[in-house]
Amino acid sequence: MMENIFIKYSLLILFLPLAAFVIQIFFGKRLPRQGDWVSIGAISTTLVLAITMFVAMIMKDDPDFYQEASFTWLDMGDFEIRLGFLVDNITVIMLLVVALISTCTHVFSTQYLKGDIRYSRYFAYLGLFTFSMNGIVLANNLMSMYMFWELVGVSSYLLIGHWFEKDSAANASKKAFLTNRVGDIGFFIGIMLIYNAIGSFAFSDIFDGVSSGLIAGSTLTLAGIGLFMGAMGKSSQFPLHIWLPDAMEGPTPVSALMHAATMVAAGVYLSVRIFPILTPDALLVVAYVGGFTALFAASIAITQTDIKKVLAYSTVSQLGYMILAVGTGVYTAAFFHLLTHAMFKANLFYGSGSVIHSMHHALHEKHDHETDPQDMHNMGGFKDRMPITYWSMLFSTLAIAGVPLFSGFLSKDAILAGTLSFAQHHPAHFLLPVFGFAAAAMTAFYMFRMMFLTFHGKPKMPDIIDDIHESPKEMTGPLILLGTLSLFIWYTLPYFNPMSTHGWFTDLVVPSDSVVPGNPSAQQIEEGAHHAHHLAMYISIAVAVLGIFLSWFTYIKKGLSAQAWTDRFGFLYDWSFNKYYFDENYDKYIYQPSFRLAERVAWIDWELYDRYFINGFGRLTNWASKVTGKFDFDVIDQFIVDGTGRMAALFGRKLKTIQTGKLQNYVLYVTAGIIILMVIQSF
Amino acid sequence: MDQLNNYLFIAAALFSIGLFGVMTRRNGIAVLMGVELILNAANINFVAFSHFGGMNLDGHIFALIVIVLAAAEAAVALAIVINIYNNLNTINVDEASRMKE
Repeated sequence: MMENIFIKYSLLILFLPLAAFVIQIFFGKRLPRQGDWVSIGAISTTLVLAITMFVAMIMKDDPDFYQEASFTWLDMGDFEIRLGFLVDNITVIMLLVVALISTCTHVFSTQYLKGDIRYSRYFAYLGLFTFSMNGIVLANNLMSMYMFWELVGVSSYLLIGHWFEKDSAANASKKAFLTNRVGDIGFFIGIMLIYNAIGSFAFSDIFDGVSSGLIAGSTLTLAGIGLFMGAMGKSSQFPLHIWLPDAMEGPTPVSALMHAATMVAAGVYLSVRIFPILTPDALLVVAYVGGFTALFAASIAITQTDIKKVLAYSTVSQLGYMILAVGTGVYTAAFFHLLTHAMFKANLFYGSGSVIHSMHHALHEKHDHETDPQDMHNMGGFKDRMPITYWSMLFSTLAIAGVPLFSGFLSKDAILAGTLSFAQHHPAHFLLPVFGFAAAAMTAFYMFRMMFLTFHGKPKMPDIIDDIHESPKEMTGPLILLGTLSLFIWYTLPYFNPMSTHGWFTDLVVPSDSVVPGNPSAQQIEEGAHHAHHLAMYISIAVAVLGIFLSWFTYIKKGLSAQAWTDRFGFLYDWSFNKYYFDENYDKYIYQPSFRLAERVAWIDWELYDRYFINGFGRLTNWASKVTGKFDFDVIDQFIVDGTGRMAALFGRKLKTIQTGKLQNYVLYVTAGIIILMVIQSF
Repeated sequence: MDQLNNYLFIAAALFSIGLFGVMTRRNGIAVLMGVELILNAANINFVAFSHFGGMNLDGHIFALIVIVLAAAEAAVALAIVINIYNNLNTINVDEASRMKE
C-alpha cells in the first residue's frame, strides 16, 4: 500500500495544477471571485499530497528509495522513445518545496493582485507553471525534462509579461525567453550527443551507458557542458544572468515563486540530477561559472537601489553558490541550499511585495504616481509600521547572511566546506573558495543594507509614513510561515545542533558516486568536506559578521559615509550600479551586429532570392500551367472526354430506332432469332 | 411411326397458325387466341411424344399442367385487356404504348 502512493500521488500532484489551468483559462472569468478558489483548491490539495508523501518518505527512512514508471511515447519501427516518472527522496522534497511555495504564492496573490484586470488569467498561468515545474521534478529522462523545461519557460514569459501594457514588462518577458533559448540550445545539443551515444533519454540508462564507457572523454565533457548550458540559462548564471533582474517586472509573488524559489532552481536541479555523468573538466567549468556568478552578482547587488533588484541579484548570487557546490562535488549540499534558499528567498520576496504593496497604497493616497514604490531611497523607518513583515524578513535575512541558528548557515557552510576541501586537494583552484567567502561577506553586507534602508533610520518620505500599514493576513500568513522555516531546526530534526547539517536531510539525501572514471568517490568528497568543515565554518561566521558590521557601521552608525565611498571609488560604483554595463555591451556587440547581419540577410532574401528565384519560378510555373491548361482543354476535354460522350449519344440514336413499341415487331424479332438459332444449331 | 408424324404435322400447322395470329392481329383478344393455339400445339406434341415414346403418362400430365396454366394466363390476360379497354377505350395492342416514351 505504502509502495504505491508515491507514483499515484505524484501523478495527481502533476495534473491537478494543469486541471486548474484549464478551468481558469476557459471559465475563470465567469466563476465567482474570478475562480481563484479553484486554483487555490487544486494547489493546496497538491500541498496536502506532497506533505503526505514527505511524511511517508520520513517514515520509510530509506536513502536508496527509488521508484519509476514509464510508458512508450513514440514507437516507429526500431525507434522508440519512452517517457516516464521517477520518484526518489530528492523528488519528494522538491515536490514539497514547489507545492508549499506555490500555495503561499496563490494565497499571497489574492491580495497583491486584488482588482487586477487579468486576475483569473494570472491564476491560470500560475497553475500552468506549477504543472510544468512538477513535470521537471518528476521527469525520469532528459526528453520529458526538456519539454517541461520549455513549458516552464513559456509560463515564465507569460507571467513576467503579466502587465504587458508596460513596455518594460513586455521587453523583460521577451528578454527572459530569448536568453533562456541560448542556454536551451546547449541543453538540446547535450541531449542529442548523449542520445546518439547511448540511445536512450532515461537517467538510469544514461548512467549505465556512461559507466560502461559508451560515451567518454571529450564528447562526454561536451555533452555535460551542453546540459549545463541549459542550467545556466534557467538558473541565470553568468553570462546568461541578464534576464533575471529584468524579470522583476512581473508581479512580486511571481518573482517569489519562479524567480527565487522554484523555476530558477530548475537549473540547479538538473545539475544535481546529471552530476554523476559530469567529467572532471566539465565540473571545473561548472564550478568556475558558479563561483564567479556568486561573487559577480553579489557585487552588483551592493549598489542597487530598487528593493527587488537587490533581491534579484542576490538570487543570482545564491544560485551561483549552488552551481559552485555541484562543480566542487558536494551536490547534495547544492540541493540542501536549494531547499533552504527556496524558503528564505521566497519569504524575502513576499516581504518586499508586502512593502511595495504598502508603499503603493500610501502613494496612491497622496495621489503621487511619480515616486517609484520600489526604490529604497523612498523608504526607511518602516520597522514599527510593518512589524510582521519586518521580523519575518529579518529572519530570512539572517538566514541568507549565514548567521548560525538559521537555515542558510547550514547549507552555505556545507557548500563552503566542499569548496574549501576542493581547493585543498587542487591548490591551483584556490580562487573558488575565495569567490565563495567574498560573496558571503558581500551577501551579509547588501542584505543588511537593504534591511537598514527599508526598515530602520528616519523615514525618507515622512509625509507617507502614516499611510504605511501592515499588509492583510493573506500576505502576512505566508510571511510568518516561511519566516519560521528560516530557522535551522526544520532541517536538522531529529537532532538539535545548530552547527551541523546532520539531520533528516543528510540521512535521506546521500550522494552517489560519479559514474565517470577519474572523479573522486562520494565518500572521498564527503571526508574532505568533513575535514574542511570547521575551518569553513569559522571563516564563514567571520565574514558574515564582518559584512553585517560594515553594513551597520555605514547605514546605522553613520561611521562611514556611503556617499564618501561612492565618490572615492566612483568608477567601481558606476560599474556595479550599471551592472557592469552588460546589457549595454550585449546590445553593442551582440544584438546590434546580429541586427545588421539580419538586415543584410533580409536584403539578400528580398532583393535576390525573392525577386529572381522565387518570382522567376512563379513566372515559369505560370507559363507552364498555361500550356498544360491549353492542352488539357483542347485535347483532353474536347477530344477524349467530350468525344466519349458524343460516341455514346451516336450509338444511342442509332439503336433507338429498333424500339418501335409495336408488339408484333418484337414477336417477329423473337421468332426470327429462334429460327436463326435453329439454323445455326443444325449445322 | 407415320402416325407420330401426322400428329407432329397437325401440331406444327396449329403452331404456325397461332404464331401468324399473334404476329398479325392488332386485336388483343385475337392475339390471346393465337397464344392459345401455340400452347395447344405444344400440348399435342407432349401427348404424341409421350404416347409413341413409351413414356407412360408423363406427357399427359404436362399437357394438363399447360391447360391449367393457359387458363390462368387467359384469366390474367383478359383482365389486362379489360383494363386497357377501360383506360384507352380500345383493345388495339399497338395503342397501349404509354411506356414507350
